[in-house]
Amino acid sequence: MAAQFDLKNDGVVVIIGSGAGGGTLGNELAQKGIDVVILEAGARHEYEDFVNDEWDSFAQLAWKDKRTTSGDWRVAKDFPNLPAWIVKSVGGSTTHWAGASLRFQEHEFKALSSYGKVKGANLLDWPVTLAEMESYYAKAEAKMGVTGTNDWPRLPGNNNFKVLKAGADKLGYKECHTGNMAINSVERDDRNSCQQTGFCFQGCKWGAKWSTLYTEIPKGEATGHLEVRPNSMAIKINHDASGKVTGVVYADKDGKLQEQKARIVAVAGNSIESPRLLLNSESSKFPHGLANSSGQVGKNYMRHTTGSVYAIFDKPVHMYRGTTMAGIIRDEARHDPSRGFVGGYEMETLSLGLPFMAAFLNPGGWGRSFTTALDHYDHMAGLWIVGEDMPREENRITLHADEKDEHGMPIADVHFDDHANDTAMRDHAYSRGQALYAAVGATRTFPTPPYPSTHNLGTNRMSEKPADGVVNKHGQTHDIKNLFVSDGSQFTTGGAENPTLTIVSLAIRQADYIAAQMSAKSI
Amino acid sequence: MVTIYERQPHERKPGLSRRELLKRGGAGALLIISGGAVISPEHAWGLETAALKPETMATLIQVARDIYPHDQVPDKYYAIAVKGHDETAAKDPAHKELIEKGIADLDKKAGSGGYRGLGWEEQRVALLKEVEKTPFFQAVRGGLVVSLYNQKEVWPIFGYEGESYSKGGYIARGFNDIEWL
Repeated sequence: MAAQFDLKNDGVVVIIGSGAGGGTLGNELAQKGIDVVILEAGARHEYEDFVNDEWDSFAQLAWKDKRTTSGDWRVAKDFPNLPAWIVKSVGGSTTHWAGASLRFQEHEFKALSSYGKVKGANLLDWPVTLAEMESYYAKAEAKMGVTGTNDWPRLPGNNNFKVLKAGADKLGYKECHTGNMAINSVERDDRNSCQQTGFCFQGCKWGAKWSTLYTEIPKGEATGHLEVRPNSMAIKINHDASGKVTGVVYADKDGKLQEQKARIVAVAGNSIESPRLLLNSESSKFPHGLANSSGQVGKNYMRHTTGSVYAIFDKPVHMYRGTTMAGIIRDEARHDPSRGFVGGYEMETLSLGLPFMAAFLNPGGWGRSFTTALDHYDHMAGLWIVGEDMPREENRITLHADEKDEHGMPIADVHFDDHANDTAMRDHAYSRGQALYAAVGATRTFPTPPYPSTHNLGTNRMSEKPADGVVNKHGQTHDIKNLFVSDGSQFTTGGAENPTLTIVSLAIRQADYIAAQMSAKSI
Repeated sequence: MVTIYERQPHERKPGLSRRELLKRGGAGALLIISGGAVISPEHAWGLETAALKPETMATLIQVARDIYPHDQVPDKYYAIAVKGHDETAAKDPAHKELIEKGIADLDKKAGSGGYRGLGWEEQRVALLKEVEKTPFFQAVRGGLVVSLYNQKEVWPIFGYEGESYSKGGYIARGFNDIEWL
């Protein structure tokens, strides 16, 4: 039975956001008997409410509140008010994610040591190593049902995968399979197995893909220690004279401001909203925002070096059938500076339906060059590039100087300039992707520009020293003991891997730490 | 209110005057203007306009096809895709002016026969290139990328099957049926 806590209850842990970080942390704490209120900005849509329709689903789930953009990234030109494609709904972006669940590589936790100083990049080693993370990765994989771990079979390959695999073989790539996916390949955890429906991004109507919406959250609620409060948009975190946080002001479903008192606050609103909230919580004691003595809140915004390659063949593919991202080539994920850049990238199968293909293949494009591509939609195959991008101080989230949202909170501006390393990596990946499809007989290929960001990272980063970042190795802010960050904004660097598994692993680890600190009465 | 109507088989064909038939020269051949409507006698549909001139709507349909030309997609879907501009124009005089002026400008640039009088797609596209940066073009193209490709009726033309949950996904319907590799 889901709990209901009083606004004045100052013994609860308040978590802002119910996605991979917040939803997992909430359940983990509830399982330990700790009372938790999750404030979720979006509504609660259960999986039977999801729709197999790209634009309708976008309207149902996406975070559409206005943001502004600046910088030289192409997203700022193509989608000036939609820098990120993430979710405002209970479950957060775990409703929308594709399910790819990869561990970081050892060297990626030590980016500065591994790559050396890179001009124009604010690289840093994580204060945590792969060795320390391994047991948490294992717990996350077990929780999420990741294929290729714990004796769970990998998913069967769909048409798009078969084309990828044929190309990988021709190019001599060695590590190509249907991925480590948090999508049930067999029925488990009282959930269906994958039915190859092809609408992973629109929310899995079978519940086969792991999402906090129908795993962590109901499990947490069943303990009687977790309340999820939807339609509750956090505006400001309050603190007392000593600097400890005391509660969260939020706009409720009617737009009325409420304050939920708290013993501990954990921010997990994804890498745009989390720094926005900390910055908006400025006070006379903390004039630059909460937990910002380093000045790093909002900085080092990363979004992975991405791009897609689509290819047309003379025979049908029907790439949209089946699990969208169950297909990966890992050979290029290594660090090998002889390629002209540091870090590496993954190549993963990707497909869009016709409506989104029209919107994203070449945003702004028109005329026959564009339309003849769509004419062969059912003959297309596609892959997505996911690579490590460089953290830069200038790439950052700031509060807009003039524009405010409906609650009077300044909207976020997202500034991003591609680093030369990002561009070199993307160009390398485009050429490899195009060569891969050409090797299978593609008659035309498309190096497709990045979509609005799905992997938003780094804006409250972890650091050993308080001067270099916002949180310590447990996601606890350096400045305020009872204030935590629990989402991908903690990432010191981005790695080449889809971030969700690491976010979940960090949340499990953070729950252990918070529980220990609470019983030791140190927070 | 714009309505796209399809003529029922028992209905009389709209009568075509000699003048209307003469209008059917050039690229606009498939569409005729009759009263407050754009009519496609070949394909038995018509579109009544509320705010925009029917001539403007006919040209807008051609502009839409020239922006996203798919020879296998009938005009009807382009008409459906741009009818929203008439609806918006009925509520918003500024939008009405944007569209009417944008089309008038294209007609002027095209010379005596107007935009639809230009026989080759290349000629019309050259004019569109000239106005590519204008708010008029941006509004038309930006809306069209959703309103054209988000019509479920056009998806089968492109081989896109749409919703699949109600059919049990593709697990037994060809998710891995590729044979040519």
